[in-house]
Amino acid sequence: MDSSKWYDIRDLSNLSSWILENLDKVLPFELVYVVAALIGFVASFLLFVLPSQLYLGVYGERKIIGRMQSRYGPNRVGPLGLFQPIADAIKLIQKEALTPTSADRVVMYIAPIVFVAPAVLLWAVIPFGENMVFANIEVGLLYFLAISSLPVIANFMAGWSGNNKYSLFGAMRIVAMTISYESPLVLSLLGVVAITGTMSLAGMVLWADEFKIWAGLVSPLALVIYFICVSAELNRTPTDIAEAESEIVAGYLTEYSGMKWGLFYGMDIGYALAASAFAATVFLGGYTLFGLEQWIPGWMIFIGKTHLFYFIFIWTRGTLPRLRSDQLMEFAWKFMLPLALLNLFLLITERMIWAEQDYEKGFIYLFAVVNIALSVLLVWLWARFNGYKPEAVPMRPRLVKEARGYVPTGEAN
Amino acid sequence: MSIGIEHFLTVGALLFCLGLAIALSKRNAIGVLMGVELMLNAVNLTLITFSRFSVSDTPIAGHTFVVFVLTVAAAEAAVALALAVSVYRNRETVDVDQLNLLRS
Amino acid sequence: MDGFGPVAAFWVLSGLTLVSAGGVMMSRNLLHAVLFLIVTFIGVAGFFVLLSADFIAMAQVIIYVGAIAVLVLFAVLLTPRAGRDNAETKWALPGMLLAVCLAAVFLFVIHDTSWNTIDGDPAEGSLTAAALGNALLDTWVLPFEIASVLLTAALVGAIMLTRTPEEEAEDALS
Repeated sequence: MDSSKWYDIRDLSNLSSWILENLDKVLPFELVYVVAALIGFVASFLLFVLPSQLYLGVYGERKIIGRMQSRYGPNRVGPLGLFQPIADAIKLIQKEALTPTSADRVVMYIAPIVFVAPAVLLWAVIPFGENMVFANIEVGLLYFLAISSLPVIANFMAGWSGNNKYSLFGAMRIVAMTISYESPLVLSLLGVVAITGTMSLAGMVLWADEFKIWAGLVSPLALVIYFICVSAELNRTPTDIAEAESEIVAGYLTEYSGMKWGLFYGMDIGYALAASAFAATVFLGGYTLFGLEQWIPGWMIFIGKTHLFYFIFIWTRGTLPRLRSDQLMEFAWKFMLPLALLNLFLLITERMIWAEQDYEKGFIYLFAVVNIALSVLLVWLWARFNGYKPEAVPMRPRLVKEARGYVPTGEAN
Repeated sequence: MSIGIEHFLTVGALLFCLGLAIALSKRNAIGVLMGVELMLNAVNLTLITFSRFSVSDTPIAGHTFVVFVLTVAAAEAAVALALAVSVYRNRETVDVDQLNLLRS
Repeated sequence: MDGFGPVAAFWVLSGLTLVSAGGVMMSRNLLHAVLFLIVTFIGVAGFFVLLSADFIAMAQVIIYVGAIAVLVLFAVLLTPRAGRDNAETKWALPGMLLAVCLAAVFLFVIHDTSWNTIDGDPAEGSLTAAALGNALLDTWVLPFEIASVLLTAALVGAIMLTRTPEEEAEDALS
């Protein structure tokens, strides 16, 4: 136990046991328990990191999006509207949780629970700092992917049990979208696994620390693909066709009210935070920051990176318009999947070249430069190939007919 | 008390027989498919059990088999469900009792 | 396997798996059957973790729960006017009898055989994901490639099977 780092909680358990052992020698028996209780209080306060982050997520998201859209955002309840999430929660708890008479009651009650449980389980493999990971399993990355494929079942249950056609539309859409975006997501992460040579999340952080480079810089295309796919799977605004208010009321949440709806809403942010934490670990080097972790506790760096990534989620949500359902599916299969395959091919080739050179450190920087250039080129070329012309993008909004979009002809189909 | 290979094999066998009963008795083609998936799962469980308990230099071979079974199961599910959807388009039913066009 | 943890995990998992598999059999609603099937898949994944097959367990959850179960749900939704009642055919009773007989044979064989098993844990590093990767790309590389061909064939086949005549006409025009 390095006592010079008293501020550091990266070895929380060692710290508390060290204090207890030393106190046992100097203090009377009962007092040790009081001190232990205090330490326990502090520790459980720290365990509230996730709830507090959720709070920040709810408040910060509304505030930032409000600012981006030239609004004030919440500013009535408490100073700067800080208590708005509490007021919202009280309102939601007070509301009656209605259940339609024709609904499938059991499935409708279970769905929010099934939705919440994976959001908590996801955090088990994420390293908050050195030795601060709950389960450092060998296949942590696969664990994360496996657990994050569960909420779609809950979404489906929610959509189907309401016995409402809009709910069912939402469920169909989210199931189709999740299947479509799962493959490029996994392929992009596979490239990162190939280049780092490990599937353990803590191992990836150690890799970033050893070679002093982020995996996101070595494989920028994988980072972009991951970001887009995960925002589609999380059902956030540019891709939230499953709860598109202008098309299908509220999608799979149409029949939900009160705290059952609140669980879905809150845990959406929980999933977004978990995905950001995962991206910060895999792509941005986790709790390391080029030697700065000697001076700042690693978990602070980690939370900072997580919120950096989360801010980009908020940014896309605040600025981009919603896509149409078929456009999204086409984007997944025709644009993301080939790019993810090309990226995987590129990264595996580089890994093989690197293995020939006995994993010399200088090569990884070369790969980073080459990959950034190639990624830009690939995206540009592939977009050209798919018929996207940047010079043809109009400066003003056009009619649907002008834009060669879908125009209903009026004939029965 | 301790658990050994027999316990896991028993669970696998029971799961297989449940899957068989479902596959043989369900009327809906998708229900039949679910039974087949259960049987494949039971076989996977048995393979992994043998891989874990076997006296062998390369016990990982059992895992390899399971990877192939998973692959084939995914392919089988995709094709079978496509067949079910396609049959439904033509006949408006996926009831295996009514799919008897080839009966003389 | 000794100790409270594995033993308790075994009994909880076997209860979960077999009860939910029974739920697939008994439930009157096809969608409830699919949900029970998902619970069974997760229980089997738990067994894999208990048998120190981490990679397979995660692959099980990703493939079975994330892909196959979702596909089954999708297929159920795409066949709206078909029977949703999960009813039995007239062959139900013989089928169940056959299954019970088979179960009896299996149980007899399992408990009558003296299994030659290892004591304690398997050798260190023999059942890891790395060992699996080495085995797949070394000894089993030909089946691995054939499996990829099979997947491609299944992909193309599934697309061909579900195309409607209108879509084919559209493709012929363009």
